[in-house]
Amino acid sequence: MPIALYRIDDRLIHGQVVVGWGQPLELRFIVLVDDDVASSEWEQELYRMGVPPEMEVHFSDVASAGGALAAYSADPRVGLVLVGDIGTMQRLVANNPTIIKTLNIGGVHHSPGRTPRLRYVFLTPAEEDGLRAIAAQGVEVTAQDVPGARPVPLDELLSNSADA
Amino acid sequence: MESATNEPAMTKPRAVIAGHASFAAGLVSAVQQIAGKGDGFVSISNAGLSGADIEVTILQALDASSANVLFTDLPAGSCTMSARRLQRSRPGLVVVTGVNLATVLEFAFRPLEESDADAAKAAAEKGRATLMVFP
Repeated sequence: MPIALYRIDDRLIHGQVVVGWGQPLELRFIVLVDDDVASSEWEQELYRMGVPPEMEVHFSDVASAGGALAAYSADPRVGLVLVGDIGTMQRLVANNPTIIKTLNIGGVHHSPGRTPRLRYVFLTPAEEDGLRAIAAQGVEVTAQDVPGARPVPLDELLSNSADA
Repeated sequence: MESATNEPAMTKPRAVIAGHASFAAGLVSAVQQIAGKGDGFVSISNAGLSGADIEVTILQALDASSANVLFTDLPAGSCTMSARRLQRSRPGLVVVTGVNLATVLEFAFRPLEESDADAAKAAAEKGRATLMVFP
């Protein structure tokens, strides 16, 4: 079964992912792609503790995620791939140009230099370029924090003003 | 209305409550309404904050209040993740997740001479015991 959701979320594993998306999708595994987490047993244990027993969490760095994605996509269970920032997703898409068809922006929160585009999406110019580059590779990019919210297409997202 | 001279002394916050949206503020408000002990808690919302910012916000609240107990709403929630990370740098920090109103109320009434860890354990047991189903 193809991965149900490729998501960018700077909180990584948290309530919206495990409960908000996890329950309606009947999610059974999460692939967390993050170079720092992949090199830290302590961080991995932290995230494992955050998921219910019926849900597995796999950890990978970007470099080794490529081969694994094909295998995860063949898993009959429902899975979600999660990264913490746009740069990581850009590398993941570049390494796997035919696997990732859609991308969900779930949470990129405020920090200096970022412009508000949605309540839960703030972007620097470089991050906006990164999303455009991902879309240029044929990936459908939308922002949507929870399943009940309207998916906001990339063009609309990037034209949104501060009070969006 | 009580006169100013009869006002009870302000309670020093003994715990921070962190959670989604207005969850924490709602709990503190309910504790205040039921027991008049809302000032024993500091509330934090994760709304609009990145994981890193949640951690900083919790840390600032802990430092400002000198509290050593942190209640969070969901085991998988971002506040809990931040709390568990903070425990690495604050070994004395006690984290209780899955908190409900009964938990916080019980904690509010625990004697101050009791250790934070013992008070938190007793409060968690109370909260767990009050979760009931009436079919």
